[in-house]
Amino acid sequence: MSVTSPILVRTYDPKECPQLSAINMDEVMRYGGMMISRTPVPPDTRDESVGEVRALIDECASEVLPMLAYKVCYRHIDVTWDGDSPVLPFDSHRSRNLAHNLEGCTAGVMFAATIGVGIDRLITRYNHSSPSKALILQALGAERVEALCDLFNAQIEEEAVAKGMSLRPRFSPGYGDLPLTVQKDFMTLLDCAHLIGINLNESLLMSPSKSVTAIIGMK
Amino acid sequence: MSDIREYMKNNILYLDGGMGTLLQKRGLKPGELPERWNITHPEIITELQKAYYDAGSNVVYTNTFGANSLKFEPDELRAIVQGAIDAARAARDQSETPHEKFIALDIGPMGRLLKPYGDMDFDEAVEVYAQTIRIGAEYGVDLIDIETMNDSYDTKAALLAAKENSDLPVIVTNAYGEDGKLMTGASPAAMIAMLEGMGADAVGANCSLGPEQLRGVVEEYIKYASVPVILKPNAGLPRSENGETVYDVTPDEFASIMREYACMGVRVLGGCCGTTPDYIRATVEKTAPDMAEITARTPVTDKNITFISSYTHAVEFKDSPILIGERINPTGKKRFKQALRDQDIDYILGEGLRQQDAGAHVLDVNVGLPEIDEPELLDRVTCELQAIIDLPLQIDTTDPVAMERALRHYNGKALINSVNGKQEIMDVIFPLVAKYGGLCVALTLDEDGIPESAERRVEIAEHIIEEAAKYGIGRKDLLFDTLAMTISADTKAALATLKSLHEIRTRLGCHTSLGVSNISFGLPARELVTSTFFALALEEGLSAAIMNPHSQEMMKVYYTYRALHDLDENCMDYITFADNYVPAGPAPGQAAGGNAGAAGPATDAGTKSQTGDDYGSPLKRAIVKGLKEQAANLTRDLLAEGRQSLDIVNEEIIPALDIVGQGFEAKKMYLPQLLMSAEASQSAFEIIKADMAAHPGEAVSRGKFVIATVHGDIHDIGKNIVKLIMENYGFEVYDLGKDVPPEDVVAKAEETGAPIVGLSALMTTTVPAMEETIRQLRAKLPEVKTVVGGAVLTQEYADEIGADFYARDAMATVRYALDVVEGKI
Repeated sequence: MSVTSPILVRTYDPKECPQLSAINMDEVMRYGGMMISRTPVPPDTRDESVGEVRALIDECASEVLPMLAYKVCYRHIDVTWDGDSPVLPFDSHRSRNLAHNLEGCTAGVMFAATIGVGIDRLITRYNHSSPSKALILQALGAERVEALCDLFNAQIEEEAVAKGMSLRPRFSPGYGDLPLTVQKDFMTLLDCAHLIGINLNESLLMSPSKSVTAIIGMK
Repeated sequence: MSDIREYMKNNILYLDGGMGTLLQKRGLKPGELPERWNITHPEIITELQKAYYDAGSNVVYTNTFGANSLKFEPDELRAIVQGAIDAARAARDQSETPHEKFIALDIGPMGRLLKPYGDMDFDEAVEVYAQTIRIGAEYGVDLIDIETMNDSYDTKAALLAAKENSDLPVIVTNAYGEDGKLMTGASPAAMIAMLEGMGADAVGANCSLGPEQLRGVVEEYIKYASVPVILKPNAGLPRSENGETVYDVTPDEFASIMREYACMGVRVLGGCCGTTPDYIRATVEKTAPDMAEITARTPVTDKNITFISSYTHAVEFKDSPILIGERINPTGKKRFKQALRDQDIDYILGEGLRQQDAGAHVLDVNVGLPEIDEPELLDRVTCELQAIIDLPLQIDTTDPVAMERALRHYNGKALINSVNGKQEIMDVIFPLVAKYGGLCVALTLDEDGIPESAERRVEIAEHIIEEAAKYGIGRKDLLFDTLAMTISADTKAALATLKSLHEIRTRLGCHTSLGVSNISFGLPARELVTSTFFALALEEGLSAAIMNPHSQEMMKVYYTYRALHDLDENCMDYITFADNYVPAGPAPGQAAGGNAGAAGPATDAGTKSQTGDDYGSPLKRAIVKGLKEQAANLTRDLLAEGRQSLDIVNEEIIPALDIVGQGFEAKKMYLPQLLMSAEASQSAFEIIKADMAAHPGEAVSRGKFVIATVHGDIHDIGKNIVKLIMENYGFEVYDLGKDVPPEDVVAKAEETGAPIVGLSALMTTTVPAMEETIRQLRAKLPEVKTVVGGAVLTQEYADEIGADFYARDAMATVRYALDVVEGKI
């Protein structure tokens, strides 16, 4: 088991990453509760009050984007199999969903991604002075950290394809029957607190709140 | 063996290098706690540490980076810490090189984040560090090192624990990111201000980056620190090579850069991740031969910098005047007193935010009212303010108990208001300054009161300086206030103040501050006198003023003074100010010093939006459209026209909210719009509340409502949304915050007599706490109705835990609450 492979850090400057420079407005609308049944309200709709929300999103974005710090730490792992259970550097608590996700995989990448703690303080501040901004910032933060995961995921995919491998969709602690307690193993195995500043609280929630951990299977 | 504090004065002190990668090479598995090796493989720890001593390290850190009570049970913790010290002692005994050798008890971050980012209380964090420190100090080490801290508050907790539980020297290093800041935002100057104030013996940076990338951080340390500066960087950046971690800086390159830094004034050198004994040896070889010359050229001297800090930045008292916002203070403010009695924290925070926007550099915090628990409230307001505002705070109280609590929990180096020449006051305040750090305002009065003469005020200042020195508090940490007294009582008053101010600034070399507005008390058009006095005082050497940053006249003096004194490059700040300057005209009905935002026209007052359109009235439209400033202005106009507060609420605000509420329920409007409208109506309410505080007797409450996020849950956005909407519908909302124990909810409901309690939970894990809260409410207050909501709740869940009502959103809560107070349920 090559879990001794090093933990590496990637930091991203949105000026140099086109994938990070544009905000996906649909996603922000969706996270912000601007939904018509299951589709986000089109951001270019002519309704005047949607325009007000759109202006609010722009205002929040210009305030928060400069304080984001996009960071990922990760390590490559081997995946071996004990019957139909994967053998991983962490205890998967016999998660069937994870086993299914990793089916056929021989390797993988564990990673943790964060956009930093600055946005959390801004959200706390607007919780007092402007809950509508706090809501929009929550939505923006969710969209940003997902965009970061997508970018990192795409880079790993490129590297995997070069080696003739393909990727499974990323899978996070807390999904399906994989318990959230696995977060503790992710924190230790990826040295998150030290390398990119993610800490867990007693309820196993991450701080900065806009952080994601996941495993990506490779086969 | 000499005292390390003395040793650092005349010698470069060499620390050790990295441990983690070396331990992995020796078989430490990922996820395995390295501290356990102090018990299972002590000989390996000793061998690695001996190699550092042999390479020239003066100090070896014990293998206790993560040894704390959050990770280990008490017995194991004791064994691990003692085992670590034994291992280091063995290494020191075995190493035969002749140089000085010290053992440092290593304290790393405990791995949990403090509030407001995380869920840990500051005092709890101090206790975690204290446990490790007590074991280490008792067993015997030469010093304590606190390292790799990436949060200023966490660093403070660790240093406080070291100071409260030992007399050992303490050195402190922080981990800076590529932006030159700590993860939670602090600059090197902010850390230096706080740590020196608390008595750290050396400060600096370690880990995170290679020596070259830390250049900016190193330069800032050398510029600001009065104690020896430490640098313990990584061996550059890590990368993966054939499944192994390699670092991109060689020992020779590392040592060359470290030599350069030593010549610039860094006094303590070592290495962190990726460095080995080879890096330390190379560094020693490059610097030790001419050490005497290097240290003689860059002596450790007091930089005599007067500064305070917040959790992000330092504010230096120098040539450019510092503005201390005075508005968080109940004196003479009915609305503010009401907010204090109601514990209306949002109102107090609003005062803080508005002053920051107006240009204040520091915020004075005074919550003293006879009928309130000042230690409790000052502590709470301090913590809430520093959660959302990054300005340093001035802790302003006459109650030493309140002072100590607030200073303990303040995240930075505070401005302290105040001490004076009375012996009993100095005896109480100076020990607090010495322990927690701080820049202390010193009033030039004593047992005989305020002297009339300038000479006597200067004598008192000299006496205060002598007394402070007994506690190790230098004159750079005293900010003298020569007391502005009104000229309406004695027209010589201003002269004495200015003369003593000048003397203290120039002859005693101390910085100064004044509460300038006292000067005009009892006179008409006070701003004219106050602002002129401010200008005169600045010319005499005033460093800071406690003032109202919303006063355009005061800001005018500030900006013009800076432009005239070559403190404003190309007069850019002045030009920006002048662009927004509104020449004083006839008073617009509001008393001077009244509401915020007096300067500058309302930004969203378009022509079309002044009409009512389809909404029946301009105010309704403003609320529906979520236009905050306009809603406030229109409300003010309506009051000026003679409309009754209650009329405005019932005929304008509530109907407008109904339009939005119905739109939301019909899914024609969305949550952000609902909130924007609620905020607009809240700004209208603020105007009405201020009016009512001036004309008591009217009340617009529809009923009382207690709300809380339940115990164990830290999510409050949903709760805040409900609170806001409920307030807008005229409910008096008592917000207990998040993570609230059941007993507190019951106590509040009982105290207020509220007929309804709202409980919020986001996580399945905290639903049992919600159930328990309902159970206790039922037992004690069976008539109280409970409303529950939150992401994980459903009707079934709500029924199961015995709630009276499940609210799927804020509007549902409003509808239910209205039914309850109107007697329909």
